[in-house]
Amino acid sequence: MSSYLTEGPTLRQWLTTTDHKKVAILYAIAITLFFFIGGAAAVIIRLELATPQGDLVPAQTYNELFTAHGVIMVWFFLIPSIPSVLGNFLIPLMIGARDLAFPRLNLASWYIYLIGGVGTLWGMLLGGVDTGWTFYTPFSTMFSNSHVIIVVLSVFFTGFSSILTGLNFIVTIHRLRAPGLTWFKLPLFVWAHYATSIILVLATPVLAMTMVLIVIERLFQVGIFDPALGGDPLLFQHLFWFYSHPAVYIMVLPAMGVVSEIIPTFARRKIFGYRFMAYAIMGIALLGFLVWGHHMFTSGMSMYAGMTFSLLSFFVAVPSAIKVFNWTATLYKGSITFDAPMLYALGFIGLFTIGGLTGLFLAALALDVHLTHTYFVVAHFHYIMVGGAVAAYLGGIHFWWPKVTGRMYPEMWARVAAAMLFFGFNLTFFPQYLLGYEGMPRRYHSYAPEYQLLNVLSSAGASILAIGYLLPLCYLAWSLFYGRHAPSNPWEGRGLEWKTLSPPPVENFSNPVVVHSHVHEVAGEGAA
Amino acid sequence: MSLTTIDDAGRLETVRLGMWAFLASELMFFGPLLLGWAYGRISMPDGFAWASRQTDLWLGTLNTAILLSSSAAMALAVQLSALQLKRQVGRCLLACAALGVVFLLIKFYEWHREWAEHLFPGPDFAGPAHTGAPYFFVVYFSATFLHAIHLTIGIGVTLTMWRRVHKSLGPLPQPALHAAGLYWHFVDVVWVALFPMLYLVERTP
Ligand SMILES: [Cu+2]
Repeated sequence: MSSYLTEGPTLRQWLTTTDHKKVAILYAIAITLFFFIGGAAAVIIRLELATPQGDLVPAQTYNELFTAHGVIMVWFFLIPSIPSVLGNFLIPLMIGARDLAFPRLNLASWYIYLIGGVGTLWGMLLGGVDTGWTFYTPFSTMFSNSHVIIVVLSVFFTGFSSILTGLNFIVTIHRLRAPGLTWFKLPLFVWAHYATSIILVLATPVLAMTMVLIVIERLFQVGIFDPALGGDPLLFQHLFWFYSHPAVYIMVLPAMGVVSEIIPTFARRKIFGYRFMAYAIMGIALLGFLVWGHHMFTSGMSMYAGMTFSLLSFFVAVPSAIKVFNWTATLYKGSITFDAPMLYALGFIGLFTIGGLTGLFLAALALDVHLTHTYFVVAHFHYIMVGGAVAAYLGGIHFWWPKVTGRMYPEMWARVAAAMLFFGFNLTFFPQYLLGYEGMPRRYHSYAPEYQLLNVLSSAGASILAIGYLLPLCYLAWSLFYGRHAPSNPWEGRGLEWKTLSPPPVENFSNPVVVHSHVHEVAGEGAA
Repeated sequence: MSLTTIDDAGRLETVRLGMWAFLASELMFFGPLLLGWAYGRISMPDGFAWASRQTDLWLGTLNTAILLSSSAAMALAVQLSALQLKRQVGRCLLACAALGVVFLLIKFYEWHREWAEHLFPGPDFAGPAHTGAPYFFVVYFSATFLHAIHLTIGIGVTLTMWRRVHKSLGPLPQPALHAAGLYWHFVDVVWVALFPMLYLVERTP
């Protein structure tokens, strides 16, 4: 049986494919491109911040750079990264299905993503946007002279790619599970994507409409968010964060799903507390909808609203901690090997924990007054999004690389890259916690000289981090041609995806799949 | 009586679930407008109430009746499709789309009048500025315009279904018909929410 990679090899066939595995690869190529564009903006930002004076780029350009970095990284890399690449490729394999429920919709969502991405880049080339990725009003609607409308419309448009992906996953997981594969036999990766999909479907449209309202206010100069015309800027912030806080879980839940597959595989143990892990995933997704106000503690919200949002934000720590404890408990007495995916996964646990705990600092009402709008916030969300989501994405890419490509990556280089990512990341962002705590505000291109030492450390770390990102690009590309051929199940993984060939055939499985015992026990490990 | 096989029934359920998920998303899409409406009504009650009494109650009521009738035609089409009554299904779909077009024409006329009466927010707004009045009309025009876009898409979908039914030789495309029906009813339901919000509540004595 021929693999999906050899079937329909022409460019035209790739661009019109409805095979979820190929669409996943189309996504991988596109988001990699956007990742390095967004990364280039970060490089210039870190270069500028190496010295206290604003000497490399003017203030306006600096504003456009961090906006470009944020917009591209959030909507064109982080949000689609794990779901649209790994989820797209693996969910049908993990549940024993032939494809997603709506294969053509899946391809359509890639094109929508691409058009939105090109629109954003076009807006950036025309001169960029200076509002920050949050598009706060009334600056974005009344005062900014930059290309807000095209970028905002592109983000609006891209939202539909998220919605269609989420919808596809929900229906697929409900309807296409192999006979015998009941909900509590699903891999946690699938659970995580189910929860993520609910957020994608329910939160993204709120952002989309908010973007439409920005365009209406900006085009017609009418008051929705502008207080001078009878609107309310807080209305915008509520709407924006109603999406953008759950968006953090769009990035982190799939990452948790990836880690929950890697840890048991390389610890050679069953995941500890499987059911609690599934409940925790759903709990985080649900609570995630109720905490958006913690972004607005200093925006003039009422004290009681503040207390409620603060308390609810603390509640999110409970299911998050359950997950961290259960991963750790899985490691206990395991026979652990430190292959590259495991290094990434362990890095994830550490960095996510730091990011999560510093999130509690920010969720505390009194402390937030001191820390908000400082580098502490920047460090916090980079620990979650880069230390968490990006590390897990790279871990997942390495873990399933043999399955996706049929080739093994060079293990030594991969370990070096994982280590560089971990050290480079900490050197880049830990100093930013200190900078923020000492009061350095975010989003300025110049700063007081006493902040220079920590900023130089941060910029130095960023250069190590950059190599940590470029290395995999090189050796993974190399492995496509020269890597050792991969067996079906190089890691002795227990999921259904390891039961088929590497790379899988077009039909995913040669025989219909029936599940009798727990997915993690299909290999015959015995009863639970 | 039904000719659907087991596999068709499976596909029908899959498509229906997909459409329900999509409609949940659509509902959230209208969410910010509902919140914006509530915000205006609570924080700027006087101007907001004045403005909502400027909408045309009779045309709004007429349009509500028209849209409800269109939904009835759609429901009939979906029910009849299970009996494979091709001609009747086609007629119902056409009636549904036609009622949708009538709704849009009336809506255009309404917008035209409101524009002529300077009710569109801006420098020459006819009502009291710096109250909730212009704000109400921002919500009004945004909500009704977005609803009209949805309705236009619905008409397109319904006409496409009509063509498919008209040309089909085998059994009717049940999953697609059910999905189109759900979408149409959703557009109707949105209007059923918008109508009291924009036309009715502030008219209570
Ligand atoms: Cu948040």
